[in-house]
Amino acid sequence: MTRIFLALFFVAWAGSVPAVEPGEVMSNLLLEERARSISKSLRCLQCRNESIDESNSGIASDLRVLVRTRLADGDSDQEVVSFIVSRYGEYVLLRPNGKGINFILWLSGPFLFLVGIFCLYLVRSKANNTSVPSPLTDQEEEKIKKISLS
Amino acid sequence: MLNELAHLGLTVALVVAVLGTVIPLVAARLNYLYWMRLAPVLSVLQFLLVAFAFVILTLAFIRSDFSLSVVLLNSHTLKPTIYKIAGVWGNHEGSLLLWVLILTLFAACVAWFAKNLPPSLLARVLGVQSAISATFLSFLLLTSNPFSRVDFPPFNGQGLNPLLQDPGLAFHPPFLYLGYVGLSVTFSFAIAALLEGKVDASWARWVRPWTLSAWVFLTVGIGLGSWWAYYELGWGGFWFWDPVENASLMPWLISVALLHSAIVVEKRDALKAWTILLAILAFGFSLIGTFIVRSGVLTSVHAFANDPERGVFILLILVIFVGGSLLLFAFRAGSMESKGVFATVSRESALVVNNLLLVVSCFVVFVGTVWPLVAELISDRKLSVGPPFFNIAFTPLIIGLAIILPIGSTLPWKRAKHRNLVKLWPLIIFCLASVGLLWTIQTGRSLLGPIGMGLGVWLILGVLVELYQRTGRGRSKFLRILRLPLSDWGKAVAHAGLGVTICGVAGLTAWQVEDIRIMKVGERFEIATFSLVLDSVEDDTGPNYFTTMATIKLLRNERLISTIYPERRYYPVADMQTTEAGIDSNFLRDVYVVVGEPQPEGGFAVRTFIKPLANWIWAGAIFMGLGGFFSLLDRRYRVAHSSQNKLKETAS
Repeated sequence: MTRIFLALFFVAWAGSVPAVEPGEVMSNLLLEERARSISKSLRCLQCRNESIDESNSGIASDLRVLVRTRLADGDSDQEVVSFIVSRYGEYVLLRPNGKGINFILWLSGPFLFLVGIFCLYLVRSKANNTSVPSPLTDQEEEKIKKISLS
Repeated sequence: MLNELAHLGLTVALVVAVLGTVIPLVAARLNYLYWMRLAPVLSVLQFLLVAFAFVILTLAFIRSDFSLSVVLLNSHTLKPTIYKIAGVWGNHEGSLLLWVLILTLFAACVAWFAKNLPPSLLARVLGVQSAISATFLSFLLLTSNPFSRVDFPPFNGQGLNPLLQDPGLAFHPPFLYLGYVGLSVTFSFAIAALLEGKVDASWARWVRPWTLSAWVFLTVGIGLGSWWAYYELGWGGFWFWDPVENASLMPWLISVALLHSAIVVEKRDALKAWTILLAILAFGFSLIGTFIVRSGVLTSVHAFANDPERGVFILLILVIFVGGSLLLFAFRAGSMESKGVFATVSRESALVVNNLLLVVSCFVVFVGTVWPLVAELISDRKLSVGPPFFNIAFTPLIIGLAIILPIGSTLPWKRAKHRNLVKLWPLIIFCLASVGLLWTIQTGRSLLGPIGMGLGVWLILGVLVELYQRTGRGRSKFLRILRLPLSDWGKAVAHAGLGVTICGVAGLTAWQVEDIRIMKVGERFEIATFSLVLDSVEDDTGPNYFTTMATIKLLRNERLISTIYPERRYYPVADMQTTEAGIDSNFLRDVYVVVGEPQPEGGFAVRTFIKPLANWIWAGAIFMGLGGFFSLLDRRYRVAHSSQNKLKETAS
């Protein structure tokens, strides 16, 4: 969708071919699966909002190879990610960490939900206190009498 | 000459829009009936003028009039005619003109169809609507004029981006805009109601068709966009949590909430102020979406600062309309007294929880979308918020929504009894059992698939149980089901549609199988229960591109199921390559094949996916749209209109 959008309004977009190239795939299937899941969470530096798993740019390919080399050297997933973050900054993380002001990002949804629940509770308890319907006016009593007589 | 006339037409439309704002609003305030009657005329006039300009621009594209810079930058004589027409809105200026066209079209429709509204309400609705079109017309004329000329027109244009040369472009933006802009009518009704100081059941009835139709268009538009991305982009994703997609999802979520809360206003005379607020927010998020898409602010703060003219203008529109209407709301909301009371366990309460979940989920999407910007502004951190965040933050809310939906929709209004809930127990147990079953079958994978399927089944069966309950007892049972009002059918179909979409999303994300390999012609490989044979790879020429088309045979148990033709196209004008995935679809799965670069050692990179239940995602969206459509046809809204007519006749 990003590409269609970019195409719609901005620049010409070079090529769109599938991202992961056959030459990059590791023979160890377990490692390959880990590499795929890591590269789905890392952002391509050149593109808008594409992970390196989806992107076909040169740097994304380099990063995919880098992830796989580190994995082959026996790094844990965490080590691979922090290595790439130390090189390219937290911009590459598609899942932002919770450090610093990012706690606002992560907690805003649950916070609003709780506030909503609390408001509902307030409204409810207020409604329960005043839920006795107001007594009928004289005119309404008249009407009822008419209806029941007829 | 025609182009200048069209330009003039837009300028006149701006003047008419300003008049159409001032006269009806002032007349309604002073209660001058005669002047109020001008409102529909002025609205229709705006529509005719903008439509004229739009037709002229379309003609310029068809005739390849390269003296217009928009045409020059986005068209080419060799382009097939359908893409010349669709190319009108494949660029900033043209798509904004489409935006304004639809805006004035909706105002004209209000003027045509809603003649039986009280005159002051109609005048106010059209006045607010004209105010919106006045601001957007001035935005169009001042910053993005589609009719600006080039000094020395060249012989040919620069062509449209090949990714856009797809039927998707013909349908996706118009539908999306019909949805976005349709919400402006709801907004205008809300503001008019605040000005009048009156919200009642008949107001809710008048607004509902407009909200519903906007929502139907938005649903179909989002569905089409997602489907387009699925087959065009070459890796078969259907939702990328991209800012542009989020921009359309946010108004969708709020309008869903609005549709539900407006029912409570209509039937139970409660939640009035809240409904008005939702109406304001729905269009507010449409504007925010426009801002996000048009200003380039999310690409980077700096891109925005370099060319701030458009962005600042839209930001101004956003602040004036959303800020102004929220201010008005703050002053007037107190006067909307809700009379209906309801118990804690009732359909009203369930709808309130539905609203809470939808609003929170919209808020989560909003925060996630603007967070990179906020973080950069506050603490100078450059960071990204991508799919992993949204999946964690958004999904639980939707799961919650899906869990309460069948319960809420079978609860009676006002006060539910315990036995209303008991009826659903067998269903709950059945769904939990199927989740468990699926989980044990697919050992060692994530729980997402089974849970999603369970929820989808829960929604669909919930709808069936509800329909069954509505039939009552006795012999005429099934005749009664046919006689249910159309809006009940709409509700059932739309809710089932949500279930179908959830099943599709769960199936696709949890059980997709993927394969990447180099294939030479004649080679064969196995994936899941299928075999694929690369039969041939041939070069060919299209109208404005060269193509390399592969022929791949899809076999199952040595029997030929179908032949798939994935393509790689090269567009010389844009010097770009695109992939056209080859897809074999059926009810239960898609086989999705993409052919990549030729390899140095011979052969081609071939990517194959088995995508279970892929079609269900869009089928569900179609169901949701259909449900909205059925509801739109309900007799209730027509009866409301004609009874108003009768009242008027007897009065006069």
